[in-house]
Amino acid sequence: MSTWNHNGKGDPGSRSARRNNGRQTDPMGVNRTGRSDRFDARGWRRIGEKLFVWACLAAVFIPLLMLACLLGDVIIDGIGRLSWGFLTSPPSRRAGSAGILTAMVGSLYLVGLTAALALPLGVGAAIYLEEYGRRGRLSSFIETNISNLAGVPSVIYGLLGLGIFVRALGMGRSLAAGACTLALLVLPIVIMASREALRTVPYALREASYALGVTRWRTIRSVVLPMALPGILTGAILSISRAMGETAPLIVVGALAYISFLPRGLDSPYSALPIQIFNWVSRPQQEFLDNAAAGIVVLMAVLLALNAVAILLRNRYQRRLD
Amino acid sequence: MTELAPQLLSVPSPSATPVEDRKASNGATLPSARIERPARREQMEESPKLTAEELSAWFGAKQVLQRVSLAIPANRVTAIIGPSGCGKSTLLRCFNRMHETVTGARATGKVRLDGQDIYARGVDPVLIRRQIGMVFQKPNPFPSMSIRDNVLSGLRLTGLLKRELAEGIMERALIQAALWEEVQDRLSEPGISLSGGQQQRLCIARALAVEPEVLLMDEPCSALDPIATARIEDLMHSLSDRYTIVIVTHNMQQAARVSDQTAFLLMGELVEFGATDQLFTSPHDVRTEDYITGKFG
Ligand SMILES: Nc1ncnc2c1ncn2[C@@H]1O[C@H](COP(=O)(O)OP(=O)(O)O)[C@@H](O)[C@H]1O
Ligand SMILES: [Mg+2]
Repeated sequence: MSTWNHNGKGDPGSRSARRNNGRQTDPMGVNRTGRSDRFDARGWRRIGEKLFVWACLAAVFIPLLMLACLLGDVIIDGIGRLSWGFLTSPPSRRAGSAGILTAMVGSLYLVGLTAALALPLGVGAAIYLEEYGRRGRLSSFIETNISNLAGVPSVIYGLLGLGIFVRALGMGRSLAAGACTLALLVLPIVIMASREALRTVPYALREASYALGVTRWRTIRSVVLPMALPGILTGAILSISRAMGETAPLIVVGALAYISFLPRGLDSPYSALPIQIFNWVSRPQQEFLDNAAAGIVVLMAVLLALNAVAILLRNRYQRRLD
Repeated sequence: MTELAPQLLSVPSPSATPVEDRKASNGATLPSARIERPARREQMEESPKLTAEELSAWFGAKQVLQRVSLAIPANRVTAIIGPSGCGKSTLLRCFNRMHETVTGARATGKVRLDGQDIYARGVDPVLIRRQIGMVFQKPNPFPSMSIRDNVLSGLRLTGLLKRELAEGIMERALIQAALWEEVQDRLSEPGISLSGGQQQRLCIARALAVEPEVLLMDEPCSALDPIATARIEDLMHSLSDRYTIVIVTHNMQQAARVSDQTAFLLMGELVEFGATDQLFTSPHDVRTEDYITGKFG
């Protein structure tokens, strides 16, 4: 009886044939369970596959577990400090009455302004590069540089912001300077995500529109952009998260850790959640460390809320398209 | 020079072919830029809707159309046949200036719509495309739009839609495209929820809603099953009352079934252009004969 050696090594009739000995087989090579030996599911290939699946599962769960531990730790430390008072008080020298209001509002302003600056600029740049720009050496040069920019350490953006916005343009240590710096930081992310999104829109739809006598700009606005919106929103989500969590460039361009009033305008001094947390963490007293933990919980909550809104928006558009 | 003249009079195919009477039978094809035609022509035939004169086209450095000249009569179905890659689509796309939307693509020569050169300086290609509609090989309704919005998309995106006329225009276009019966109860459903054949008719309705004079169709049935194909072929026939139709097809039976005139294109050259019956039964050029008898392609 010939048996296929399906584990790919050894000579036929060695392992699989021997394994077959103990079992009753009918003349067609089909055993009593109705399974043909040719397609027997047991063997080394199968075990290897199982191992691989387990390894992949571990790769998923180990980071998730660590994240859960971290979050759990922070929540346990901070939960005692979380209260309405904590959310609505300005910072204070006494840990017990210190709150996160100015930092939180500062962060929201900052992120809102950053998005308002970076999204139109980034989407505009992506439209130009993708829809109008000619394919050529210049375009691939720009493309490489944009992806390089996305990998530049954020402190460098801070220094750039310090040089350009704070000093050269005379914005000082203002909300506007902070937002401009963050906008610069997230711009590559927005551009890359938007280009990717524009590229997914089939050329046939642009052609359909041109052939109806629709202008190029109107085609982009009414045919291409709506279809690319989910992808563009993904870029927006990423950039908002990034802007929300950045600390280093804000320290460089002069966000304040201690500020007792809300930002009153673009030229106002400001604080931000990560700055406030950083400040609290660097104090020796345990009370301030608890404040920091509570601040982290708030930061995570705000971030998740912002992301949830963006994801909901994206899914709404996606469903409309499918 | 005198020896050259007969060749210039005939289809612009410099390579000699043994067939003698080409130029006589191809009287319709000849608006050569260099040769003054006597007024006699006007009496012999109605003036053509669309003419190409010495039309050449390139993708980058690669020339894909070689000085094609032909005259497409109004309210007829004209078929363009030829082996794949011979430039059928390119020729069609030169007729409504879609060719130049591809980067690196260009064209020289003239294309006249009712006598007016659409490649002349100062002519807006966007306006030309509203007069000369196009249906593509693969049905391409806008995925984000309902059936209704798809039909009206051309007018809406060009800012020409008057709201009070919308329903009437949509219904008329769908009736003309023989789709109204099937979709009148589901106009708000997405256009891509339709079957392939219905989607193609939706695309035809979308093109018709802009009220073009000429309808260009690039292998409109090649992605469809035989029944859907038959419906589109019937449709072409009925539409030719009101529109001038040019259809590209690689299917010779289809060309024979639907068209009044047929042009045979080979490697960017117009080999033969004439009445469909004549071209399929007694072609004047050996290459045409070889092609329609299946010797190549
Ligand atoms: N976008 C393009 N870029 C470069 N070459 C092209 C492009 N489209 C078509 N071509 C070339 O032009 C020639 C004619 O193409 P086409 O008009 O599409 O032929 P057909 O429709 O008869 O099959 C082919 O050789 C094809 O390879
Ligand atoms: Mg083609």
